[in-house]
Amino acid sequence: MASSATVGDLVSQPYKYGFVTDIETEKIAKGLDEDVVRLISAKKMEPAFLLDFRLRSFRQWLQMEEPDWASLGHPPIDYQEMIYYAAPKQQEKKASLDEVDPKLLETFEKLGIPLSEQKRLSNVAVDAVFDSVSIATTYREKLAEHGVIFCSISEAVKDHADLIETYLGTVVPGNDNYFAALNSAVFSDGSFVFIPKGVACPMELSTYFRINSGDTGQFERTLIVAEEGASVSYLEGCTAPMFDTNQLHAAVVELVALDDASIKYSTVQNWYAGDENGKGGIYNFVTKRGQCRGDRSHISWTQVETGSAITWKYPSCVLQGADSVGEFYSVALTNHRQQADTGTKMIHVGPRTRSTIVSKGISAGHSSNSYRGLVQLGPKAVGARNYSQCDSMLIGDQAAANTYPYIRSQQPDASIEHEASTCRISADQLFYLQSRGIAFEEAVSMMVSGFCRDVFNQLPMEFAAEADKLLALKLEGSVG
Amino acid sequence: MIRPDAPVLLEIHDLQARVEDQPILKGVSLTVRAGEIHAVMGRNGSGKSTLSKVLAGHPAYTVTGGTVHYLGEDLLSLEPELRARAGLFLGFQYPVEIPGVSNLEFLRVATNARRAGKGEEELDTFAFEDLVRERLQVVQMDPAFLERSVNEGFSGGEKKRNEILQMALLDPLVAVLDETDSGLDIDALRIVAGGVNHLAGPDNATLLITHYQRLLDVITPDYVHVMAAGRILRTGGKELALELEERGYDWVDAELAALERTPAEVL
Repeated sequence: MASSATVGDLVSQPYKYGFVTDIETEKIAKGLDEDVVRLISAKKMEPAFLLDFRLRSFRQWLQMEEPDWASLGHPPIDYQEMIYYAAPKQQEKKASLDEVDPKLLETFEKLGIPLSEQKRLSNVAVDAVFDSVSIATTYREKLAEHGVIFCSISEAVKDHADLIETYLGTVVPGNDNYFAALNSAVFSDGSFVFIPKGVACPMELSTYFRINSGDTGQFERTLIVAEEGASVSYLEGCTAPMFDTNQLHAAVVELVALDDASIKYSTVQNWYAGDENGKGGIYNFVTKRGQCRGDRSHISWTQVETGSAITWKYPSCVLQGADSVGEFYSVALTNHRQQADTGTKMIHVGPRTRSTIVSKGISAGHSSNSYRGLVQLGPKAVGARNYSQCDSMLIGDQAAANTYPYIRSQQPDASIEHEASTCRISADQLFYLQSRGIAFEEAVSMMVSGFCRDVFNQLPMEFAAEADKLLALKLEGSVG
Repeated sequence: MIRPDAPVLLEIHDLQARVEDQPILKGVSLTVRAGEIHAVMGRNGSGKSTLSKVLAGHPAYTVTGGTVHYLGEDLLSLEPELRARAGLFLGFQYPVEIPGVSNLEFLRVATNARRAGKGEEELDTFAFEDLVRERLQVVQMDPAFLERSVNEGFSGGEKKRNEILQMALLDPLVAVLDETDSGLDIDALRIVAGGVNHLAGPDNATLLITHYQRLLDVITPDYVHVMAAGRILRTGGKELALELEERGYDWVDAELAALERTPAEVL
């Protein structure tokens, strides 16, 4: 057996997005009270309905307690020690990128997300969010020709207030849970996507979130609406600098799919995870939920979670429309002292609704990785079906993996299948590959990609290779 | 085939190794020239499998003394993958299963790693498919095995055939086959041995590690070495294997006991 030091070396690849951009930032004073909520709303010049929504959520948040049921441990979060709004100082968002601070463009370039006209990713429109604000959205005009709206949520509040009022908070109510309530009170920016009736969005949409400030919480809000027969594929990416302190990230994502609509939502999450002793890193407490409101609608979540000190996240589907379909494909990788408690909820409301869950957890180092999933079949979900598969892979002998499946069915004849497995990358398997000329790192990466293949196959092509590389990078120096 | 002027491929000198705190190899010396087939025999625990693992570079074994030269270079300083790329091949006694990794993909990556070691260019997927289909015949394997995960759910015989298929693809200069015959029925044994014979040539060499004579009925060795307690106790021609078969390993014990009483005299 190789020493676990070898394993350690492989997993401890430095985080390459850990730089801080030196840019003048407008921040409000730290701490949270009703005035802060009002101030955020005022800074964004929001209509009254939104301020009301924020204040209602805030008052409910005050009554709530931080959840402690997840298999996670962290020191108490002091919500008064945090800054709730930070924005790079620049003029109002510009139509042309030439007017965006070059430092910001450079930052995104460094992250592999070129925003300038010549270098844009082909066939992917990008909304770039830096701390609390969106700084640029590419390909807007081209999308507008198809009637597709893709902009920051702040702009949407100004330009499409009716749509925001109709849909915001209808999937994840302001009082849904502790972190969602907090987000609803203080959310800063995020993306808004609207695909009108019958339109298949002509390109991939993507939002790239970057936390830059060290003492700022990040609270984005994303809302995607696909009208009847519309379809869209959306991807979010996230990185953050390395700080010794923990930063809170509490986002809310709401998806609405009407009759025959389809939304594919993919995430490649690579927030800073803290160092090998667990110092620093992002606390990622995210509420993501999609509502298959219409008949035959389809929502698919694919996530690759590699970063954050703590991940608390359960992208869910409420399958309301008859024959609607929900899917959840997840790879969660934890290393060092990272903790992840992640999974999904599939709430079958309508008849003949179907859901698929494929979860792959990889734990290395001293990390802990839990799958927590709920499959619920209500009284009207006649003929509903679910298939769940939860696989765990352990690397080294210090890591933990848990699976917590919850099944609640009011359908005696329903078909619910659950499969689970645990495996370990053994020194003998690695030696076998090595003795065939395959280098150690490549051997690990072959085994990990093999394990994750079912999920990676679901990612948009442009990002599947990236995800593969990301995992290999995260594990570099770690196995044996 | 013994040719005294053939180049030396592998030169093991006074090799000592331990696993954890347990010394296993206590001074093994062996010279292997191109064209030769060597058989290393001995009881369980005599150190034969350890010898194969140490040659391939298994991290659980620590070399505590002696040298190994492969093509004139210090083998022990090389990572296992570099040994493989230089043409050293270990056929495993218990090939491991690697779920999720396709056998075809694995064989292709391994073949290309070895080709790079020989200074040849990589084969693309199509060229590789042609090659692998041709080499499958050496071990009479069903192409369906290519589509499965590496060794996953393979029977003992299928795993061994997959080993020989790898050997056929990697074109080794020195193949060390660790108990390749164990767990094989007579038909599988014949196929595997046929593969080994087919691949043995004047430029490469084979080291067969085996417990029984039956493999040597189908592969004729040039040299037979008998190992006991971490040393090569005796070396002879193929008739030594027959002698072992006839007399059993008891005389080895006797000889070993004598050796341990008066090592200086015997050595």
